[in-house]
Amino acid sequence: MAKVVVVTSGKGGVGKTTSTAALGAALAQAGRMVVVIDFDVGLRNLDLVMGAERRVVYDLINVIQGDARLSQALIRDKRVETLHLLPASQTRDKDALTQEGVGKVIAELREKFDYIICDSPAGIERGATHAMYHADTAVVVTNPEVSSVRDSDRIIGLLDSKTAKAEKGERIDKHLLLTRYHPGRAARGEMLKVEDVLEILSIPLLGIIPESEEVLRASNIGTPVTLSSPDSAPGRAYFDAAKRLQGETLAMMVPEEKRGLMSKLFGRRVA
Amino acid sequence: MALVLVPEAPLDDWLGGLDAQIQRSPAYFAGKPVVADLSALAAVPELVAGLLEALAARGIRLSGIEGIEPAVTGLDLPPLLSGGRTIAEGIAAADPAPPEPAGLLLDQPVRSGQSVVFTGGDVTVVGSVGSGAEIVAGGSIHIYGTLRGRAVAGMGGNAAARIFCRRLEAELLAIDGLYRTADDIEPALRGKPAQAYLAGEQMVVAGFE
Repeated sequence: MAKVVVVTSGKGGVGKTTSTAALGAALAQAGRMVVVIDFDVGLRNLDLVMGAERRVVYDLINVIQGDARLSQALIRDKRVETLHLLPASQTRDKDALTQEGVGKVIAELREKFDYIICDSPAGIERGATHAMYHADTAVVVTNPEVSSVRDSDRIIGLLDSKTAKAEKGERIDKHLLLTRYHPGRAARGEMLKVEDVLEILSIPLLGIIPESEEVLRASNIGTPVTLSSPDSAPGRAYFDAAKRLQGETLAMMVPEEKRGLMSKLFGRRVA
Repeated sequence: MALVLVPEAPLDDWLGGLDAQIQRSPAYFAGKPVVADLSALAAVPELVAGLLEALAARGIRLSGIEGIEPAVTGLDLPPLLSGGRTIAEGIAAADPAPPEPAGLLLDQPVRSGQSVVFTGGDVTVVGSVGSGAEIVAGGSIHIYGTLRGRAVAGMGGNAAARIFCRRLEAELLAIDGLYRTADDIEPALRGKPAQAYLAGEQMVVAGFE
């Protein structure tokens, strides 16, 4: 039974696209048929993060407008064969998305894939509402800081009112993915603590992704972190989050600061 | 239930008082049936037409008048009512269904950007009210969680309304048009269970210790 997952946040720059790619690659490595869809029409990024920017021929808008078949627009990943990308159009804007067109594309994808992961643009306008409308499950990406938390709270309100499930009177499953978590800064009170964020948003926690250079490096080389460094701390955190998304129950690990002063100096000298 | 206005002569003074009320709560008469009891003006029927114009200018539309001789009512006056209460009793006898309890219960958090407006009575939230969210109630507001957003109680002129919350982090508290922003709330009460109520023209925010 296909599951449509929207990765959303309200605020920009919190890690939606990175998380979409990492979760998609983790689920695909577990043998699931996965497609990641970029809904950020006009400002597409998912193709870069997935390392497929030179293979884009047709995109979501072409499919919606009937200029291309879905099979022509889907890009199969070269590293994991069950992972696919449906890119956004860079030359159009969000007005090119229609409720009906998106609905048809999602319905067609449901027949072929286990997980359809929609990478939402920032904001609460058209692009974001189209990305969330057909979702069964939402992953709310949040940084441990007040502005991100309030924007997430706003998005959760929209998920409960502006989705197809909400309109039918059903509840959409919502999960919190806390990204860019820096244990040292949280301990010093420079960031919100995990329990503070959970208390404010009151939705179940899917995972805590530590702030890491691995994530940045993975984006820049166009490989999801769950493929480029699966054994890194963020890589493992994303694999755990993907398992929880499939319904497994795992103990939640809150990242802690392990590096002492000496290892920090040492690390810097080597780099 | 209809609001009953009892205009008195001199009319200008009475209208002045009405204006003050409208100033304090602009939505007081919005969407509510209004009946005028004109018994005090019965001796001076020529004032009645002017009164109706003055009320219409304030956006108040009468759904009925009472306390006046039928002969005085002209063509463009609202229907004459007599003893609305006895009619209501007659209806009540025919249909013994109890009135709808006036209250709104929300058993999930009120999220940022959401606005809950319920002028019919109390609002109870089992959960938190997020930063940037808003609850507006005709009666009191009860929040079994953290109040981070705005709470506006006693909308429509209910000075007896109160605001209760299990944890006070509010951006704004208002009761019957009097308000306080976060800066004016005692810092020692932040994060504590608290209530707000009016004592005369002053809002009191107090803990439960």
